[in-house]
Amino acid sequence: MDDITRFLPELIVLVTAGLVVLVDLFVPDKRVLPWLTLLGLAVSAGWTVGLIVAGGQGRAFGDMLRVDAFSLFFLFLFQAVAAVVVLSAIDFVGQMPDRQGEFYALVLTVATGAMLLSGANDLIMIFISLELTSISQYALAGFMRDSRSSEAGLKYLLLGAVSTATLLYGMALLFGLTGTTALPGIATALHSASDNLRPAYLLAATLLAAGFGFKMAIFPFQMWVPDVYEGAPTPVSAYLSVASKAAAFAIVLRIFFEALGDSRISSEWANLFAVLAAISMTLGNVVAIQQRNIKRLFGYSSVAQAGNFLVGIAAVSASSGRFTIGASGVLFFVAAYAFTNLGAFLAIIAISDAIGSENIADYAGLGRRAPWLAAILAFCLVSLTGLPPTAGFFAKVYIFNAAIQAKFVWLVVIAVLNTLVSAVYYLGVLRVMYLGESKAEGRVRAGLPISFGMAVSALGVLVFGVAPGPLLTAAQKAADVFAVH
Amino acid sequence: MLSAILFLPLAGAVVCALWPREHEQYVRWWAALVSLAAFIISVVAFAMFDRTQSAGFQFMEHFTWIDAREIGGAFTLQYKIGIDGLSIPMVLLTTGLTLLSVLISFGVGLRPKEYFAWMLVLETGVLGVFLSLDFLLFFLFWEVELVPMYLLISIWGTGRKEYAALKFVLFTVAGSSLMLVGIFLLHYSTNTFDFEQLSGANIQNTIVPINLIFWLILAAFFVKLPVFPLHTWLPDAHTNAPTAVSVLLAGVLLKMGGYGILRWGVSVFPQAAKNFALIFAILAAINIIYGAFVVLRQQDLKRLIAYSSVSHMGYVLLGVSALKQVGLTGASLQMFTHGMITGLLFIMVGLIYERTHTRDIGQMSGLMRKMPVIGVAFYIAGFASLGLPAMAGFVAELLVFLGTFDKFVPMTILGVVGVLLSAGYILWMLQRVLWGPPMERWEGLRDTRNWWEIGPVVGLIVAIISVGVYPLWIVDVVQNGVQPIVHRLA
Repeated sequence: MDDITRFLPELIVLVTAGLVVLVDLFVPDKRVLPWLTLLGLAVSAGWTVGLIVAGGQGRAFGDMLRVDAFSLFFLFLFQAVAAVVVLSAIDFVGQMPDRQGEFYALVLTVATGAMLLSGANDLIMIFISLELTSISQYALAGFMRDSRSSEAGLKYLLLGAVSTATLLYGMALLFGLTGTTALPGIATALHSASDNLRPAYLLAATLLAAGFGFKMAIFPFQMWVPDVYEGAPTPVSAYLSVASKAAAFAIVLRIFFEALGDSRISSEWANLFAVLAAISMTLGNVVAIQQRNIKRLFGYSSVAQAGNFLVGIAAVSASSGRFTIGASGVLFFVAAYAFTNLGAFLAIIAISDAIGSENIADYAGLGRRAPWLAAILAFCLVSLTGLPPTAGFFAKVYIFNAAIQAKFVWLVVIAVLNTLVSAVYYLGVLRVMYLGESKAEGRVRAGLPISFGMAVSALGVLVFGVAPGPLLTAAQKAADVFAVH
Repeated sequence: MLSAILFLPLAGAVVCALWPREHEQYVRWWAALVSLAAFIISVVAFAMFDRTQSAGFQFMEHFTWIDAREIGGAFTLQYKIGIDGLSIPMVLLTTGLTLLSVLISFGVGLRPKEYFAWMLVLETGVLGVFLSLDFLLFFLFWEVELVPMYLLISIWGTGRKEYAALKFVLFTVAGSSLMLVGIFLLHYSTNTFDFEQLSGANIQNTIVPINLIFWLILAAFFVKLPVFPLHTWLPDAHTNAPTAVSVLLAGVLLKMGGYGILRWGVSVFPQAAKNFALIFAILAAINIIYGAFVVLRQQDLKRLIAYSSVSHMGYVLLGVSALKQVGLTGASLQMFTHGMITGLLFIMVGLIYERTHTRDIGQMSGLMRKMPVIGVAFYIAGFASLGLPAMAGFVAELLVFLGTFDKFVPMTILGVVGVLLSAGYILWMLQRVLWGPPMERWEGLRDTRNWWEIGPVVGLIVAIISVGVYPLWIVDVVQNGVQPIVHRLA
C-alpha cells in the first residue's frame, strides 16, 4: 500500500489527464477543462503535503521510485509550474475550442513525467519518465499545426530522438559495467571497481551528459532551443524553458551525485561540466544580444542560464561539512529561475497577445501603455541579470560561492563576466519598454488568470529575493539526500 | 535610527510609484518631504555621534538575515549596519545632496512619478553602501544603484543618453563582478563577510595570491572613483545625465569608490595596501595631471566639470597612498568636500543650461550682467573647487599634501601642479562664460528667482564655507574614522 500512496502525487496528475480527455468528449462547455486541470494539480499538491506530514518518505516499487526531500522539492516545483502554465494558456487555448482537452492533458502528462523523473532511482525508470515528458513535449511544441509550430515540433522530435539514443548508449554501458540499473547499485559497483575501468565509466558519464545535455539545453546541444521556443506556442515555450530544464537538472543531479559521485571520476566530469558551463553561458549570452525576437532572446538566455546551473554541478566537490553545496545551489537556482522565467514569459504572452507582435522593437512604450506588465517583465529581467532585490541575485551569489569553494576560480570569473554581457540584452529590453516611443496607443491589459499567474511568479521572485531563507532551507534539505552519511 | 535613514527613501519611492497620475504635480513635494526627513535624521545621527570614541561603530543594528550555514550551506548574510567617522560624513553628504537634487528637479515635467521614485531608490542603494558592515550586504547595495541610475540617465538625460547610460552600467558591472569574485575568495579563507572580523583577520590559505584578491576587490572601486584609465564612462555619464543626477553622480556615487578603498581595501588588506602604495601614488598623480590637462581642452561646461572630478578624485587616491593619519584624513575629507563643491558646480551649470540651452563655452559670453546671482554663486563654487583658503577644498587638499609630502615627493609636487592647473582652468572658464562682451543672443536671459533653486545653492555655499572656516566640526569625526585604519597599518 505504501507503494501506491507514495506514487499517488504522480498518479493523481495522470488520472486527471485522462479525466480531462474524457470530460472534453462529453461536456460541451470547454471552460471547465483548465479548472479541472488545476484541481488535479492542487489535489496532487495536497497529497504531497500529506505525504510530508505523515512522514511518508521512503522507497516505492522496489526502490524504482523514491520519495525523499529531493523529489518532494521538485514535486512542488512541477505542480506549481504546470499550474502557472495552465493559467497562462487559458486565453490562448480558448481560441481553439475543439482541441482544448488535448492541450491540458499533454501539460499534465509532461508534469507526470517530470515528477516521476525527480524521484526515479533506476535507469529504466529514468528512461521511461524522460520519454513520457519528452513525447508529450514534442506534441505540445507542434500544437499550433502552422508551419512554424510544426517545424519546431519536428525539430524537437528529431534532435530529441538522437539525444535519447545517446542516453541509451550511456545507460547500456553503465549497465554492462555494473550489472545493475539501480542507482545505489551503480554507486556501490563504481566504488569497488578497479581503476582500469575508469575510462569506461567516464565514457558512460559523458554519454549520459550528452543525452541529458539536450534536455538541459547546454552547449553543444543548444541548437534546437531558439527555433523551438520561437515556433512553439508561447505558453509551451514557457513550459519547456522551465519544466523540461528543471527535470533534466533534477535527474542529472540524482545520477551524477548519487550514482557517479565517486571521487575517482567526479573530478573528471566536474571539469567536463565546468567547460560546458563556460561555453554555454558565453555562447548563449553573446548570441542573445543580437536577437530581435523576444522568444528567441529568451531561448538563448535559457542556454546561458543553464550554463549557470552547470556551475553548481561542476562544484560537486564543494562541501561544507558533509553537505554538498553545489547541489543545493543548483536547486535554489532552478527554483528562482522557474519563478523568474515564468513571470517573464507570462508577461510576454500577455503583451504579445495584445500588441500582436513578438518583436522586441514593438515593445516600445510599454512602460506607459501597460505599466504593470512592463514592471513585472522588467523585474524578472533584473532577476535574470542577477541584481538585487530578486531571487536571481541570491541564486548567483550562492552558486558562485559554491564554485569558489570547489576552487573553480576561472569558471567564476567567466561566469561573472557573463553577467556583464547578459546585462546588455536584459537591460536592452528594459530600455525599449521604458524609453522607446510607442507606435500604437491605448492601454494593454491582460486577462485575469494570467495576471494571477504573473503576480504569483513576480511575488515569488521578490519574496525569495528579500527572504530567501525558507527556499534555501528547502534546497539544502533536498540536497541533503546526497550528503555523505 | 540608521535603518530609518536607509529605508525611508525606499518606502517613499514606493509611494511615488503608486502616486495617482492625476495628481502627478504634487509628487515632487512628497519626494522633497521624504528626502528632507532622511536628511534630518542623518543630521540628528551626526549630532549624536560620539566624537570621543576613538574606535568602534555606533548606532549598530545587527541581525542575521540569511543563515545558510546552519544546515550545511556555505555562508551567512548579516544585516549589519553602523556608522563610524568614515561613513557618517558620507551619509550626511548623501542625504543632503539627494534633498538638494530633489529640490532642483522641481521643474521636471517628464514622468515625474518615476523620476522621483528612482531617485529615492538610488538614495537607498547609496546609503546602504556607506552603512553596510557586511561585505555581502555591501555588495548587494552596491548593485542596487545600477537600475535607477541606468534609467535616470537614459530617460531624463540629454544627447547620447542611452549610450552613456549603458556605458555606465557596463563599467560598473565589470568592476563589481570582479569584486564579487574577490569577496568569495576572501570568504573562502576567512569564512566570514563581517567587517569587524575581516579587518582584524590574518588572511591565510587563499586559493589565489592575496594580492590578486586585493586587486579584484579594488577593481570595482577604481572604476567608480574613477582611476585612469577606467574613467572613460564618467565624462559621458555626467555630460548626458540630467543636472540633478550629475550632482548625485559626482557628489555621491564617486565617493562609493573612495569609501570602498578605505573601508574594504586598506582596512582589510593593510599589507597589500602597503605593497602597492607607490602604484596608488603614481595612478593618483596621473589622474590629477591627466584630468587637469583634459579639462583645459573642454568646450562643454558639463564635460569640463566632469573631467575636473577625475582630477580631484586623484587627490583622494593620493591621500590614501600616504597610508598615514594625515593623508587618510585628507582623502576622506576630500571626498566630503568634493561632493559639496562639485554638486554646487553641477547645479550652477544646470541653471545656466536651463536658460541658455547650450553648454558650449564658445557660445557664451558676458552672462554675469544678465544673471548676477547665478554668476556670483558660480564664482564661489569655482573658488572652492580650485582650493581657495577659507573654502572646504583647501583644507582637504592641504591635508593630502601634508600627508604625502614626506613619502612621495614627486607625486606631491605633481599634485600641487594640479592645483595650479585647476586654478587656471576654473578661472579661464568663469572668465569666458561670465565676462567678455555681452552677446545679443543672451539679452532675454533671466536670473534665478525660484526658491527651490536658490535654496540649495545657498545651503551648499554655507556648508562649503563652514568647513573652510571651521573644519574641526567634520575633521574631528573623520580623524576618528581613520584611526583604526592607521592602527592596522602600523
